[in-house]
Amino acid sequence: MKPRLSLVAAALFGAVAGATAIYQSHGNRAHNAYAQALPTHQTPPARDGGVVVQLCDGVTATEVKGLKPGEQMTHAQALAVTGKLMDEWQRKHPDQHWVMAQAETTTAAPAGAPSAGPTHETGGTGAATGGAQLKTQQGDTYASFHSRDYMIWQAETDAFVDYGNKVFHSASLLGSTIGVSCDMCHPNAANTHPETYPKYQVQLQRVALLRDMIDWCIENPVKGHTLSSDDPKMRALEAYILAQRKGTALAYGKH
Amino acid sequence: MAPRHKSVETRYYEDRDRLLRALRNCDRRTFLKVSAAAMGAVMARGLMPPHTFQLVEIADAAGTPAIGQGFATQGAQGTTPFRFAYISDAHLYERTLNQRFVRAIVKAVDDVNALDPQPDFVLYGGDLAQLGEPSQLELGRQILSALKAPVKMMVGEHDWYLDLGEKWQEMFGPPTYSFDWKGVHVVVLQSVYEKDFWTARRMTPAQRMATVAGLDNATQSRFEVGEKQRAWLKNDLARLKPATPLVVFSHSPLYKYYRPWNFWTEDADEVQALLKPFNKVTVIHGHTHQMLFNQIGNISFYGMLSTAWPWPYAPEGLPKLTVQMNRADPFDQFDGCGDGSFAVRDDALVDTVYNLWDRNPVTVKADYLVSGGKVDVPPAPQFASF
Repeated sequence: MKPRLSLVAAALFGAVAGATAIYQSHGNRAHNAYAQALPTHQTPPARDGGVVVQLCDGVTATEVKGLKPGEQMTHAQALAVTGKLMDEWQRKHPDQHWVMAQAETTTAAPAGAPSAGPTHETGGTGAATGGAQLKTQQGDTYASFHSRDYMIWQAETDAFVDYGNKVFHSASLLGSTIGVSCDMCHPNAANTHPETYPKYQVQLQRVALLRDMIDWCIENPVKGHTLSSDDPKMRALEAYILAQRKGTALAYGKH
Repeated sequence: MAPRHKSVETRYYEDRDRLLRALRNCDRRTFLKVSAAAMGAVMARGLMPPHTFQLVEIADAAGTPAIGQGFATQGAQGTTPFRFAYISDAHLYERTLNQRFVRAIVKAVDDVNALDPQPDFVLYGGDLAQLGEPSQLELGRQILSALKAPVKMMVGEHDWYLDLGEKWQEMFGPPTYSFDWKGVHVVVLQSVYEKDFWTARRMTPAQRMATVAGLDNATQSRFEVGEKQRAWLKNDLARLKPATPLVVFSHSPLYKYYRPWNFWTEDADEVQALLKPFNKVTVIHGHTHQMLFNQIGNISFYGMLSTAWPWPYAPEGLPKLTVQMNRADPFDQFDGCGDGSFAVRDDALVDTVYNLWDRNPVTVKADYLVSGGKVDVPPAPQFASF
């Protein structure tokens, strides 16, 4: 138990320090904090001159012999390789049923921290009442975390949304040349209807995503320069706008 | 890149322009010819009206009673009908920084100057400046000085919170006043006082102004008319008979619509109580930048359009009688914006015309409001708020 606790403590310290840094930073500093590249899996090197294909767990891998780098597998080859990888994963996780694990992920990862924290221990007594034991499957990525972790993640997410809030309300962060910011027409992101995208935007004569409209607004009424889709400001604006519509049913294509 | 196909609006305006060009200086015979040609074009495309532009001959247009003139002959209750126009919420920056908002208020001035007959006066509904800067107010005064009709000024929060109204009052006088006009008692209020939220937070005047300028922040206080001004109002109304028609101007709506955005006046109930003894009361307000109307007891409320931008409807609290305006097209600067006019009738009820730019104007008759929505229902929007 001890090593895990210290790990959690270290993670907690790191995350809190990070979150504090984000809360304290403004403008470019916050911008940079959100400009980090996403982590990638390191695929092991090929031993027999083939191509290594790795499962999304970042561990299970197999080498396709005879396939040169840059060459495409045939459909039959691809089916065989992915089948082999899944078999391997299931051999390593005999207690887990893939479809069930998927279903659990969708129900066990709500926004916000669970009040008691997931126990994720097979056969654990947990919050069972009246003698009926509620069994929980052994979990996936999220299984080994505690409610405190969920709080940290929530704080991280809120900080990101908050950065979006700042950009949304700041003509200077948006790069407006005429003093106009998003909130001047969209208080609390009202009438941005992110849930209706993608949809055919007749004025653009193409199917548009929310970010296309954000860019259009930045370029036209705001009179600034468009942002690339991975610009932290664009990502934070999307985060803020979507956060304002929590609970709204998705209705893509709606006019 | 040229669009692959033309929108309905583009085709409409192209047809309209073509016809109007052809119609310049044409006599009746040519008119009929052009009109028939237009109809032919419509038929050829298999379109039915109103999908494209076609001419309709308006017989005796001059004889059609205009709004507010319909009952002009009979002053049943001693009110001489008259009309006044409004321009509101221009939110001006310096001319060099932002031409967009300048263009919009200039367009409104042109609209009002084109009214024939001219209105008795023009009410400016507040928020002349965006951040209360003297240069912004000066620019506004300069633009409004081009109006042919006399101008009555009202103050908005964007004019006030940089120097707490100092410059505005120096330029335009007291923000609270009243006058009598053709049997109607007209009151102009300063309804955007806020409790001091800035001193404790050690805000600079510019920070205070920027805070109030944002709609969706909880830092600022809520608008109020305030005890002092309510006492003034009570005194101002004391000499009047209940039959005297009242028109009250306030920047914020004098009722409770949506508190988080200050579409709201905190002491609205107290102000309404002072207006209650009067039979015919119309309150006209700015701030909400949308078609908005309401009826509470004897009081009819109309919100004015902005020249600068339309606000979305608030997520809750919208008065039941309000017929929403169509969603604004963000691709059209002027859509959802505009100006308008009010017609005080001989029965002292007030009709309004929302002169929505790039759309058909919408008339809201007082009868709609006082009947509780039973008669004269304005046209429904095709696309309401999300």
